[in-house]
Amino acid sequence: MKIHEYQARELLASYGLPVDKAYICRNVDDAVRAYHELDAPLVVVKAQVHTGGRGKAGGVKLAKDEIELRQHAANILGMDIKGFIVDRVLVVKAVNIASEYYVSYVIDRKSKSTILMLSREGGMDIEEVAHNTPEKIHKIVIDPLIGVPDYLAREAAFKLFDDIKQVREATSIFQKLYKLFVDTDASLAEINPLVLTEEGQIKAIDAKMTFDDNALYRHPKIAALFEPTEEEKKEQNAKSKGFSYVHLGGAIGCMVNGAGLAMATMDMIKLYGGEPANFLDIGGSSNPTKVIEAMKLLLSDKNVKVVLINIFGGITRCDDVARGLLEAFNQIKTDIPIVIRLTGTNEKEGRELLQGTKFHLAETMGEAGRKAVELAVSY
Amino acid sequence: MSILIDKNTRLIVQGITGRDGGFHTVKMKAYGTNIVGGTSPGKAGENVEGIPVFNTVRDAMEETEANTSVIFVPAPFAKDAMMEAADAGVKLIICITEGVPTLDVVEAYRYIKIKGANLIGPNCPGLISPDKSMVGIMPTMIFKQGSTGVISRSGTLTYEVVYNLTSNGMGQSTAVGVGGDPIVGLYYQELLEMFQNDPETDSIALIGEIGGDAEERAAEYIKKHVTKPVAVFIAGQQAPPGKQMGHAGAIISSGSGTAAEKIAAFEAVGVPVAKEPSQIPDLLKSRL
Repeated sequence: MKIHEYQARELLASYGLPVDKAYICRNVDDAVRAYHELDAPLVVVKAQVHTGGRGKAGGVKLAKDEIELRQHAANILGMDIKGFIVDRVLVVKAVNIASEYYVSYVIDRKSKSTILMLSREGGMDIEEVAHNTPEKIHKIVIDPLIGVPDYLAREAAFKLFDDIKQVREATSIFQKLYKLFVDTDASLAEINPLVLTEEGQIKAIDAKMTFDDNALYRHPKIAALFEPTEEEKKEQNAKSKGFSYVHLGGAIGCMVNGAGLAMATMDMIKLYGGEPANFLDIGGSSNPTKVIEAMKLLLSDKNVKVVLINIFGGITRCDDVARGLLEAFNQIKTDIPIVIRLTGTNEKEGRELLQGTKFHLAETMGEAGRKAVELAVSY
Repeated sequence: MSILIDKNTRLIVQGITGRDGGFHTVKMKAYGTNIVGGTSPGKAGENVEGIPVFNTVRDAMEETEANTSVIFVPAPFAKDAMMEAADAGVKLIICITEGVPTLDVVEAYRYIKIKGANLIGPNCPGLISPDKSMVGIMPTMIFKQGSTGVISRSGTLTYEVVYNLTSNGMGQSTAVGVGGDPIVGLYYQELLEMFQNDPETDSIALIGEIGGDAEERAAEYIKKHVTKPVAVFIAGQQAPPGKQMGHAGAIISSGSGTAAEKIAAFEAVGVPVAKEPSQIPDLLKSRL
């Protein structure tokens, strides 16, 4: 789950990390008030959206007086950044940057642990730095049973700073940021850039945090910050019914049991020249109610011209799945062609039950994919 | 032979009195898995299908000399269950539970390593050495004893591939579902090594999916250390970036972890990648 920069800054501040006071503004008048409150020669106006690349899109601007501030706030509010409409801007005092650094804690699949990532190349797109100059990124694997003791944080701090006073400050920053990361079950806690100002202070200028969806149950305050897009609302609604759903936009709706098989099914449709409408994993069991709910979800997508149902009967046998499908489709009224591919335990019995019905039956995934694509073209 | 589990497996079921634990205990026992005990705090002295229930894993270990445990407890308690098993001396811990917080797995994994044990999962279907032992939730009837090793990040897709193998007369030595989370225990590299060293395994099917770079690292490992034929299928070519595809670990983030990169990595080291799961048997046969 993502949160906005200003929310991440608040979390950082609550853990004693050095962030300047900022104002969150939903209109130009608020921004002007913030400007006067800050009483600084130069301020920054920053779009607050759940995507990166705000600067490049023109969503981050410096203002040296009220006129400029009004202009920038008016331009940025309402701006479309990669499909996200800006409805909030952050207004904060600009700082005199002497040097910029990158700091983050992130879950690392390879070491199966949290790692501390550091670079003296701050303020840039870290993926680019990692790609072009990997030697400029330091990665320190954290032992979860020990955390970040003084010596380790100090070792890390020496990778960014040479002055002992700054090293001591950074040491404390790294420890506080780790505590925040663990306390909130984050999957990323990033400060980019962490800056050294001309005046010799270390400050977090931008912050980004994402959280582990599986752990939100124990962080209600963070879960409350969730701002779903329209698409995410649909996905969440599907999740509440025990489904995993992702909209893709093609004409062939898919209903599959199991995430891997669901991915393979949409790949198959593409392989045979069609476009999958969605990813949908309905999980185990042959419960007709589940099939009805899944069909409702698929048919709510007006682009769907054909539905492909691909079920592997494991513990739930194919004949039970077939009975469940028949019962479900007694209650669903649709003219959309349905391709069914049932395989696994008792597949013969399952297929026999579906013979002579309006369904298009397929034995293999390839056959099902081909049939669905043909029907989508001719329908 | 087989890897990880066989007739010598002595299994305890953590969460044996729960709905899922109880249901799958019956299935595993019916298949012939040697289940020696189960745990459920406060229910010592009871039994499930004649299997004795203990309060703690330590009690179960003292009475039964188990060597393997399977965990069916709800996600908020999974970390504790994994650590309890490791602390009591269980050497192979299989966690079926879905939705375990990542940092819980990170912590439990580290502790399990310190205790010298191995973890499979979480969020996995478990593993099976056909006709010897099944630990987890796999549909046993589709498996057949044989010599193909199977490693997979997915459940039903594993069954799809196994079903194709079995229908083509290719049985399995052991099939392992490693789990769909970003952080899980045993993974490609360790399992490839075990299959390479297992005299009864003559070929390996590897089923990967989008997210992370474990497939790329597996390709490197195969190039250097695996002489047995390997065939691969990668799910998620059509997955959009930034979207979690069912499994918590199946996500293309910041442009990395795509199916195209993984397929290219295997092809670069001469490992064939199936366009559809049904091609796996032929790809293996042609190299045997």
